[in-house]
Amino acid sequence: MSAAHSVEAEIEPGGHAHPSVGIYIRIAVVLGVLTALEVAAYTQEWLGELMVPVLLGLAAAKFVLVVSFYMHLRFDNRLFTAVFGFGLLVAGSIVTALIFLFHQYPLPPAPLQ
Amino acid sequence: MAHSVTLDAGRVAPPSEAAHVVVEHPHTSTGLDNRKLLMWAFLASDCMFFGTLIATYLVYKGRSITGPYPREMFDIPYTSVSTFVLLLSSFMMVLGLHALNNGDRRRMRIFITTTALLGTIFLGGQFYEFTSFYRDGLSLSQNLFGSTFFVLTGFHGTHVFIGVFWLLALVVHSLRGKLTAENALTLEIAGLYWHFVDIVWILIFTLVYLIPE
Repeated sequence: MSAAHSVEAEIEPGGHAHPSVGIYIRIAVVLGVLTALEVAAYTQEWLGELMVPVLLGLAAAKFVLVVSFYMHLRFDNRLFTAVFGFGLLVAGSIVTALIFLFHQYPLPPAPLQ
Repeated sequence: MAHSVTLDAGRVAPPSEAAHVVVEHPHTSTGLDNRKLLMWAFLASDCMFFGTLIATYLVYKGRSITGPYPREMFDIPYTSVSTFVLLLSSFMMVLGLHALNNGDRRRMRIFITTTALLGTIFLGGQFYEFTSFYRDGLSLSQNLFGSTFFVLTGFHGTHVFIGVFWLLALVVHSLRGKLTAENALTLEIAGLYWHFVDIVWILIFTLVYLIPE
């Protein structure tokens, strides 16, 4: 629970630290701004090849903020992080493997109707 | 009642300050509450489930041989509003849990009911989107885009529906006086589920709606 000491936190009954309301509000504002940035990036055609990495980066930032602060993983026991991280790792591997496989072995052409 | 101990960045509370906090560990082999651990394990397994659905959508992206195609169907400003609604619901959820931890059950009920209401608005938006897509010729069996899109977003919508039902059940539970600060973990576990639904939508919004073919 050492991470709990780096930001404003409140100790709940049972010894679990949760962020303060101030932190929750700040996270909500940041999430709103990041979403607005995503939509803005979507409309910027000059981004070209950079659009996908930018959008993925913004989504990843939102994901981490919600998991860390709203789901309290930053403040909770590391076993929870390990359990969830394992699921995420497997899910990420599935996505990566399938994309790789379908890239290497494209679908056959559709039969003529 | 929560013990407010605002800690500055990087400062570790000395033992004398932390001494008043009574840390109660559940009597389990891990020292953690099994219900919470089970919820995290469930969410991890659900990551894999959504991972396969997202992967299926991505590998078939741009491979439909007949229309309608995503670019013709998606209304990004409309879906952005839905995204804001779901993010706002997550914010309400944490405020509800915070209120309960502070023993304010009335305020908790207001926040949790608002969370459920925002979830319902999101579902209404999804229902409207689905029906308008169907009217425009996109069905589950029309093309690869229709099949993968409806299964992925429909599965997510089902999660939201279950979450709304769960939250409303907890509000009723609270009205009967059975949800208090002492068993706030019950609400925290529901909150974990709700935030998970939110983070899945964060990914769907980017991977399905925003990233071009």
